[in-house]
Amino acid sequence: MNAPAMIQAVSERFPAAVKTSHMYRGDATVVLRRESLLGVARVLKEDPAFEMNFLMDLTAVDYSCFGKKSSPAFFSSSGVMVSPSPVIPDADPWPGPTGPERFVVVYHLYSLPLKHRLRLEVPVEEADAEVDSLTSIWGGANWLEREVWDMFGIRFRAHPNLIRILMYEEFAGHPLRKDYPVNKRQPLIGPVN
Amino acid sequence: MDQPQTQKATPGPIETREMLLNVGPAHPAMHGIIRIVTKLDGEQVVDADVEIGYLHRGFEKMSETVDYNGVMPYTDRLNYVSPLINNMGYCMAVEKLLGVAVPERCHYIRVILSEISRIADHLTCVGASAMELGAFTVFLYMIKAREFLWELVEMVTGARLTVSYGRVGGVKGDLPEGFAERCRNALRETRRVLAESDALLTRNRIFVDRMSGTGRITPENAISYGITGPFLRSTGVAYDVRKDCPYAVYDQLQFDVPVGTRGDNYDRYLVRMEEMEQSMGIIEQGLRDLPPGPVAVNPETGQPIPAAEMVDQGKAGNIAAIADACATTDPTLEGSAKPRQPNIAVGEKRVFLPSKEDTYGNIEGLMQHFKLVMYGHGIRPPKGEVYFPVEGANGELGFYIVSDGGSKPYRVRVRPPCFFIMSALHKILVGEMAADVIPTFGSVNMIGGELDR
Amino acid sequence: MSDEAGFLTSRLEEAIGWARKYSIFQYPFVTACCGMEYMATACSHYDVDRFGAGLPRFSPRQADVLFVVGTISHKMLPVLKRIYDQMADPKWVVSFGVCTCTGGFYDNYATVMGIDTVIPVDVYIPGCPPRPEYVLDGLLKLQAKIQAQHLSGHRSAPEPRPEFRP
Repeated sequence: MNAPAMIQAVSERFPAAVKTSHMYRGDATVVLRRESLLGVARVLKEDPAFEMNFLMDLTAVDYSCFGKKSSPAFFSSSGVMVSPSPVIPDADPWPGPTGPERFVVVYHLYSLPLKHRLRLEVPVEEADAEVDSLTSIWGGANWLEREVWDMFGIRFRAHPNLIRILMYEEFAGHPLRKDYPVNKRQPLIGPVN
Repeated sequence: MDQPQTQKATPGPIETREMLLNVGPAHPAMHGIIRIVTKLDGEQVVDADVEIGYLHRGFEKMSETVDYNGVMPYTDRLNYVSPLINNMGYCMAVEKLLGVAVPERCHYIRVILSEISRIADHLTCVGASAMELGAFTVFLYMIKAREFLWELVEMVTGARLTVSYGRVGGVKGDLPEGFAERCRNALRETRRVLAESDALLTRNRIFVDRMSGTGRITPENAISYGITGPFLRSTGVAYDVRKDCPYAVYDQLQFDVPVGTRGDNYDRYLVRMEEMEQSMGIIEQGLRDLPPGPVAVNPETGQPIPAAEMVDQGKAGNIAAIADACATTDPTLEGSAKPRQPNIAVGEKRVFLPSKEDTYGNIEGLMQHFKLVMYGHGIRPPKGEVYFPVEGANGELGFYIVSDGGSKPYRVRVRPPCFFIMSALHKILVGEMAADVIPTFGSVNMIGGELDR
Repeated sequence: MSDEAGFLTSRLEEAIGWARKYSIFQYPFVTACCGMEYMATACSHYDVDRFGAGLPRFSPRQADVLFVVGTISHKMLPVLKRIYDQMADPKWVVSFGVCTCTGGFYDNYATVMGIDTVIPVDVYIPGCPPRPEYVLDGLLKLQAKIQAQHLSGHRSAPEPRPEFRP
C-alpha cells in the first residue's frame, strides 16, 4: 500500500483509536490514543492486510520548546536573538505537533512481505508519562523502551526489565529532555569537570 | 573391622554450581566495549546478560546544539568503520525534509564512496573475527587492503577515517582527477587480498569448526528483534534497503544480495565476503556510468574567467556573463586552478554553500555564504519530521529528524542497526559453549559508536 | 635524589632505559574510533613493531604502557581507573586521541573531559583520530621519556627532544 492508502486503511480500521493522521514528504503518520496502542499494534502485526512484522524504531520527542527556542544571531555572544523561522517554502506544510502533550512516543513499522511503512505517534503527558509496552509483540521493543525510559523518563507498563541502558544507574535525570543541560556531568569518580 | 579396600565407593551425584563469567567491558575482543555477564554450567552458557552504554557520547543531544551541517562530524563517529554511509544517510534525510533533489553525479559519488566504506567495514569485521580465532595473518592482510581503500578516501575527502564529506544538498568537493584509475587499482588489490583470505579461511578446518553451527538465530526471532543487514540475510531473509526501498541511484545498478541458509557465524562470514565482491561490482558500474560534470564557463569566451576579471565584468554591468560563469582563483585558495564542476550539489541557494570562487568573486556568492554560515541563519528547513533509511554495513540505518524551522535540528534520532542485534545476543548465546561467545560476538560486528551513540 | 648520581648509576639508568623503551608491552584500552587508527598503526603499513612496541598484552598485570584509545565516558571511567591501578610499576599512560586528552568535541553529560583528571598521563597524542604518523611520533616521545627516567621512578624535566638514532 502506498502512504495515502495506508492512512485510509488504518483510519477505517480503528476509527476510535486514531486521533489524526497526515502524510508529510511521503511518510504516512497516524496519531493514536494512548489506551489503544497495544490493540492497534497487535492487529497491525498480525492482520494480512498490514503484516507489519518489523518494529524498525521506537523513540520519543520532547515538544516542550518546539518553535520557541531562539538562538543568538551572527555569533554566540551577540545578544541578538533569532527565533526559529523556516526559509524554505513548503507547498504541503506539516500540521505541527499533535497536541499540548509534552512527549510523543514515535513508532516506525515496516512490513517485509508488503514493503510498506507506517509511523505511529502516541502523545503522552508529562505528569502521567506511561505507555503500554510492546515487548509481548516484538522482541526488539525491550531494549528500545529501556532507552526511551533512560533518555526521557517515559515508563512502559508490563515491561520485564525497565532499567537504564545507556547511562549508569546512579545518574539522576533524563538527558534527552529539553530541560536537562547538555554539559551537566554527574561523575561516578573524579572531579566534576 | 577393616575390610580390604578393593574399590572406592561410587560417588553420588556431583554437586555443581554455575559460574558467572564476566566478559568485558575491557576485553581483548576487538569490537568495542561491552559487558556480557555469562552464567556458565561447565562450558555451556546457561544465561547471558548484555550491558551496553559504555561509549554513550550523547550524539542525539549534541545534534540539538549545532546546525544541520554541524551534525556531520558527529555522524562520522557513529559507525566509525563506514563513516561515509552515515554521512550520506543523514544528508539524504535532511534533503528529504527540505524537499530538494541533488544532481545525478552527486548521487553516483555518494554511492561509490558508500560502497567503498562498506567494503572497509566488512574487511574490518572479518579480519577482526579471524584474529580473535587466532588467524592473525588474515587480519594483517585485510587491514592492508583497508589501507588501500583509505588512501582512496583520503584522496577524495582529505581524511582517512572521520571524513565529514557529505553536506546537506551535496558533497564537499568533487572527485579528483585520476580517481577512477586509483580506484580500479585499489579494487584489484582488494580482490587479491580477498582471494588470499578466502583460501586461508573458507575451507580451513579450524575456522569452519568454530564458526559453523555456532551463533544460530532463526528468521522469526531475527525479524521479531528487528535485526537487518548481513545478520538477517544469513538466516535466509533477503531484505536489503538498497533493493526494497531504493535510494540514490541503486535502482539503476545491477547487484545481487547474498543470502545464507543456516543463520550461523559461518554463513555470516560468507555473506560478508560475497557482499564485498558485490560492492566492488557496484563501484565499477558507478565509475563507468558516472555522468560528467560540465564546467561552467564564460559563455562569450568559453573559458573560466579569473576572479578579478569577474569583478570588472560586474562593474561594467555585464551581469549575464558572470551569473553563469565561474572564476578560477589563486592556487592557494580551495578550488585552486581546477575548473569547478558544479554538479556535485543542489543549486538551491538556501541550502548549499557557493564555491569559493563565487564567495570571493561576486556579491551574491558572498551573501549566500553569509546567510548559510552565520549563527541563527543557516539551513532552516520547514517544520516537519522525516524518516529515511539507508543500508548501513550492519543493516538498516535510519535517520528520524524533527525540525521546528530553526537553524538547529530539533531532534535527530539514528536507528542503529547493531543495537537490535545486541538486544538479541542474550538469546543467541544461551546453549553455546563459552568459547563460542567470541566468534558470535565478532560476527555481530558491534560498533560501539553506533550501538551507544 | 640528586640528578648527578655516580658514573656507574647513570650508565645503568641509561641501559635500563634503553631496554625498557625498546620493549614496550602496551595495554590497548580501545573504546572508539581511534581504535581503527590504532589498528592501522599496529598493522603492516605503519608497523609499530619496528619500534619494539608490537606485542599488545591484554592483561594489565603484564603490560607497562596503558594506551587509552578513544572516548572515555563516565560509565567507563571506574573501569579505566581499576585497570590503571592493576598495572605494576613502572607504568606509563598514553592518551591517544583528543577525546582522552581533553574530551574532544563531546562536551556533554556523558564524556570525561580528559582522562588526566583521574590518572596521570605521560604523552598526549591529539587528533581525531590521529594519523598513524602522529601516533609513531608520540611513541618516540614516550620512548625518550622512558629513556630519561631515573631508577627511582623520578622523571626529570624537561624531557629531551627525541632524536632519531639509527
